[in-house]
Amino acid sequence: MSGFFDRLRAQRPKTLAAPVKRADAAELPDNLWVKCNQCGTAVFRKVFEEQLRVCDRCDHHHKLTARERIEQLADAGSFLEWHASLMSGDPLHFGTEYVKKLEADQKRTGISDACIIGQAAMGGVPVALGVMDFHFRGGSMGSVVGDKVTRLMEEGLQRRLPVVMVTSSGGARMQEGIYSLMQMAKTSAARVRLEEAGVPYVVVLTDPTTAGVAASFAALGDVIVAEPKAIIGFSGARVIESTIRQKLPEGFQTSEFYLEHGFIDRVVHRRDLKTTLSRLLGFMSVTPASA
Amino acid sequence: MKSVLEVEAPLLELEKKIEELKKVNQSGKVDLSREIEALEHKAAQLKRSIYENLTPWEKVLLARHPERPSTLDYIQAMFTDFMELHGDRAYADDAAIVGGFARLEGRPILVVGHQKGKDTRENLARNFGMANPEGFRKAGRLMKLAARYGLPIVTFIDTPGAYPGIEAEERGQYEAIATNIALMTSLPVPIVVTVIGEGGSGGALAIGVGDRVLMLEHSIYSVISPEGCASILWRDASKAQEAARALKLTAQDLLRMRVVDAVIGEPLGGVHRAPEQIYRKLSAALQDHIESLSELPKAELLERRYQKYRAMGEFIEAVPASR
Repeated sequence: MSGFFDRLRAQRPKTLAAPVKRADAAELPDNLWVKCNQCGTAVFRKVFEEQLRVCDRCDHHHKLTARERIEQLADAGSFLEWHASLMSGDPLHFGTEYVKKLEADQKRTGISDACIIGQAAMGGVPVALGVMDFHFRGGSMGSVVGDKVTRLMEEGLQRRLPVVMVTSSGGARMQEGIYSLMQMAKTSAARVRLEEAGVPYVVVLTDPTTAGVAASFAALGDVIVAEPKAIIGFSGARVIESTIRQKLPEGFQTSEFYLEHGFIDRVVHRRDLKTTLSRLLGFMSVTPASA
Repeated sequence: MKSVLEVEAPLLELEKKIEELKKVNQSGKVDLSREIEALEHKAAQLKRSIYENLTPWEKVLLARHPERPSTLDYIQAMFTDFMELHGDRAYADDAAIVGGFARLEGRPILVVGHQKGKDTRENLARNFGMANPEGFRKAGRLMKLAARYGLPIVTFIDTPGAYPGIEAEERGQYEAIATNIALMTSLPVPIVVTVIGEGGSGGALAIGVGDRVLMLEHSIYSVISPEGCASILWRDASKAQEAARALKLTAQDLLRMRVVDAVIGEPLGGVHRAPEQIYRKLSAALQDHIESLSELPKAELLERRYQKYRAMGEFIEAVPASR
């Protein structure tokens, strides 16, 4: 009997980095099972991964790491990372507490900051792909995220590759002060150059995409799709509640809310995301440079 | 004169005393001119030592001073022929943002700014200078209009932030801000921005992407309010003073970080003490900047603007070993 479980454990996929402490799905002690963060249903870990970390009972889309997202969207083995060496400093001298948090996040996530960029193929079509990671400082945008997003767009412009940006962020990185705010201008300026050059730019909003990231490059896609029930918006719900002293409506600031109010093109289930992106890019071909 | 700074209290006491002595002196019965002179000298010294040594938190309070001139005050003092233009052509006219045509020493410009109120009633009408999406969209519409006719754009920043309301979110607050930021990075006319009070994050930047960004000496500009920062980082909004220090949100900080191009010195005690001085200084500065920017060919103006924002930020990058 024990042999069966040993063999089962041995089959656990090794494609992920060493066990990451999840921001989302709670792992049950024996690690074979994962518990849905929303409905509590236990799912066999391997099945959960095959389901793209979406609970098949309640459809809750659990947060992905940047690397997991890349694996799901990019054709196998096609991703080539760009500018991996960028790392945050402490330009405002916020102090050792902040620096320690950065180091802890780097250790825990295995990535250097909250965004990974690079080249990938999606259904055979080369794209410039950027993916944010909420597990790193809540996906907050400081100089590194801002510069990477900008470089992603500049590479897309130069190489004439459509740009796909997957967002996940609680907003600006407070500890970088005004530099974080200015990344909104920097990234938006780069996006405008894509538009002027006829290079497609598609945004995938994932949970959560808020504040300074929502109010800059995340809102500027040619087409904007969102995962179901992602929290999107500018101000935080608590700040709104305390300002207006009213209860917030059901479904406030979700993907569906913004679809209804006219700000999102489509809400797309994670299982359909890769094909949706391929289809969209099929309609938006890069304007030839000579035209 | 309303006081917002604890540290000002002894100065205001002294000034009051001087006024009293002056009244007694006028009656002619006693000659107090030597005493008055001594006290005025003391007051001048005290004034300098207070206002040249303000803590970041004290600057926050001064930047938010209710008697500080507003956008309309600057427009009325520095420009002529102001014609306010209203509406976003889609939903409403947002009173938190004021905009329109004006002339700066005869030169036609477009001016846009956040507008706070002078008293509670006016503040409620202006929503305390906190714009809804329609405010940003009005600003964007007017800025496009300016570009169509080659008018330089002058903006004034003075806002606690974009309004955090349900309807604001329904009408796409994040989209309105993003669209404006993107728009401003590519308008082919000179843009000069002045932070006159509080630069509240995205709501400020939505009309704040300029070729030149100026700040009044005691104004502030931050990605988050010190109160907000304190409650998020230390779960204690009362630690706002420490947050103000940590955030590096003063004009001097921003100049050092090369996010701001120039700091306009305020009269001792703050602009509200002698606004005429600032109107003259700022008007001259605006003229200078607009003139030099207007000399640049459009393509170069836009490239410089791109590079200005491209360069903002600080990080570590490993340089690959050569060979």
